Amino acid sequence: MPSNEVIQGLGLDDYKFGFVTDSEPVFKTRPGLDEEVVRQISARKDEPEWMLKRRLKALRIYQAKPMPQWGGDLSELEETLSRTYFYSKPQEQMERSWDDVPENIKQTFERLGIPEAERKILAGVGAQYDSEMVYHSLKEEWESKGVIFDSIEDGLKNHPELFRKHFGTVIPAADNKFAALNSAVWSGGSFVYIPPGVQLETPLQAYFRVNQERLGQFERTLIIAGEGSRAHYIEGCTAPVYSTDSFHSGVIEIVVNRDAYFRYTTIQNWSNNMYNLVTQRALVQQGAHMEWLDGNLGSKLTMKYPSCYLMGEGAHGEILSIAYAGDGQHQDTGGKVIHVAPRTTSSIVSKSISKGTGRASYRGLCKVYDGASNARSNVECDALLINETSRTDTFPYIEIDEKSATVGHEATVSKVGDEQLFYLMSRGMDEAEAMALIVRGFIEPIAKELPLEYAVELNRLIELEMEGSVG
Amino acid sequence: MDDSPILVVKALEAGVADEDIDILKGVDLAIRPGEIHAVMGPNGSGKSTLAKVIAGHPEYEVTGGSVGLRGEDLLEMEPDERAQAGVFMAFQYPVEIPGVSIANFLRTALQSRLEDGEELDLFDFQELLMERMELLDMDVAFAQRPVNDGFSGGEKKRNEILQMAVLKPALAVMDETDSGLDIDALQVVARGVNTLRDEDPEMSVLLITHYQRILNHIVPDRVHVMVDGRIVESGGPEVALELEAQGYEEYRKAHAA
Repeated sequence: MPSNEVIQGLGLDDYKFGFVTDSEPVFKTRPGLDEEVVRQISARKDEPEWMLKRRLKALRIYQAKPMPQWGGDLSELEETLSRTYFYSKPQEQMERSWDDVPENIKQTFERLGIPEAERKILAGVGAQYDSEMVYHSLKEEWESKGVIFDSIEDGLKNHPELFRKHFGTVIPAADNKFAALNSAVWSGGSFVYIPPGVQLETPLQAYFRVNQERLGQFERTLIIAGEGSRAHYIEGCTAPVYSTDSFHSGVIEIVVNRDAYFRYTTIQNWSNNMYNLVTQRALVQQGAHMEWLDGNLGSKLTMKYPSCYLMGEGAHGEILSIAYAGDGQHQDTGGKVIHVAPRTTSSIVSKSISKGTGRASYRGLCKVYDGASNARSNVECDALLINETSRTDTFPYIEIDEKSATVGHEATVSKVGDEQLFYLMSRGMDEAEAMALIVRGFIEPIAKELPLEYAVELNRLIELEMEGSVG
Repeated sequence: MDDSPILVVKALEAGVADEDIDILKGVDLAIRPGEIHAVMGPNGSGKSTLAKVIAGHPEYEVTGGSVGLRGEDLLEMEPDERAQAGVFMAFQYPVEIPGVSIANFLRTALQSRLEDGEELDLFDFQELLMERMELLDMDVAFAQRPVNDGFSGGEKKRNEILQMAVLKPALAVMDETDSGLDIDALQVVARGVNTLRDEDPEMSVLLITHYQRILNHIVPDRVHVMVDGRIVESGGPEVALELEAQGYEEYRKAHAA
């Protein structure tokens, strides 16, 4: 068993490094996956029998399903998985000390302007979160309204009936190979319940929780928004996630009940050795409104298509996404909207930026079932290519079984042009500044939807990325 | 007062990069601080190329001669360095930058002129922008629109003038700014340039144009006629009037011979 872990580079091109720690986890499963590993995970979490059975069933589904032959190149994934530790107890992973974090990572955090306390969390250093006071007052407010915002493990432990009623109903294990994998080995993630009619002004931020437990490799999040409730959940951040893992496969399930409004925002920047294969889906009931705001940076390959299943009359789903594919990276992202009920409406706006040899693919599905009368959907995907070697593709799948449906699709590809660059440079900006400004303008329609601090971080990150793009 | 020229162009030869065609075939020009020079010429004479070469457009390659700005070799500088040294080109076809407001664009341009680590004060900037817009009699809301995105021809040119007013260049090169403008828009542009010159009498202007019309509104000190990559005649404002009366044909014939 190896006594150290190689920690791979950040998603930023100019910060490549290797790094070794000596910390020995107290408990982790052996590499690779079999029934014994799954049993160990479940036992460690002290789970009820039904959950163990679910996990084992999911494992069999996972093993039976072939690797997807579409999307990105997964040919090396089997090998990666055979080396993967499917579970290590989170607390031990947090014993890494700030002193062990390489200088160039610290510098990156500094250049991004990330507060000290957050840097430590991002670096996987288990520091106390300075905003604990803020968190506590928020927590009291949430609790007084009956809102549950817990780790997924505590959700299962403390709210067994609610949990069991919804877990796996939005994304069953059999949905796809990686949903099955996650269902077998999930660990970490959030459990959120908003009671009917409760409206939250302050977003629920996973940040507030991660000092207790690092975002898992197989994170599982279950969110239930009660009738007429209103809330916003934010997860991740634009700073590079400093991770020992090379495989991330999350499952996010959201139930948006009648007339509720829910927004899920996630911006992630993975290290560039990472396979990031995530299934996230929302069931949207009558008159309810669901929005996914999804930003994907870094990783070796990301395959991620947030979806809205519009189940009830007048339900509305929105997917806004930004993908940034740097050198050697492939972002295969997009969204799915499934119209099941009459007068359902949806909109997908997807923007991608490819730099160097990066490749960004838009893959989207718009499906309108027979009977979803007067459903309306609009898809807009825009790609921006920075270099001659950059690549983009669009794979829009549209399946309409309803005559009265209206579906629009619009795709544009633009290149950062010499004329555009010259115009900005003739006003005094250097090439990198000019490039960054063009990219910022390109993502502006989505960035303006982000909470301010996220938008600022995203802009800074793009500036850093653009420094290496010219010449 | 230092009366030495701000811009000196000597025997300048240039063409489109990667193409073996000379467009400028030996251009000489000297502009002193505060002077307005008009370069007139028929289509294809190279007058626009002259503007772009001075601003540093990457599409053009200089094959001979020199361009000096206050004694410094302009041709050695990147376009952004030229801008920072005081050159401003008003584009004939201003480029669209979707998602970037004029205010944000100008803030970035001013920020880029500061030393590393120095931050532009946002309130100072806001004040400057308001003051400049007032000077040019522009609606404040204009600065919130994305740069040239969906602008009419006239709006694009107004935007160029606003940028010039904020960046306060030592040398303004106006590349056929008047082409395609109706008389109202033309007057807005002319008023802008005149206002800026009233404010800073040292500002020099190189005005590239096909038509005499704009020279009724911006009165030049010198007029140069360019034909086939060379300046074939220079003189006072009367040259423009003669040209208006005769057309370019006479010059063409004279120099084809």
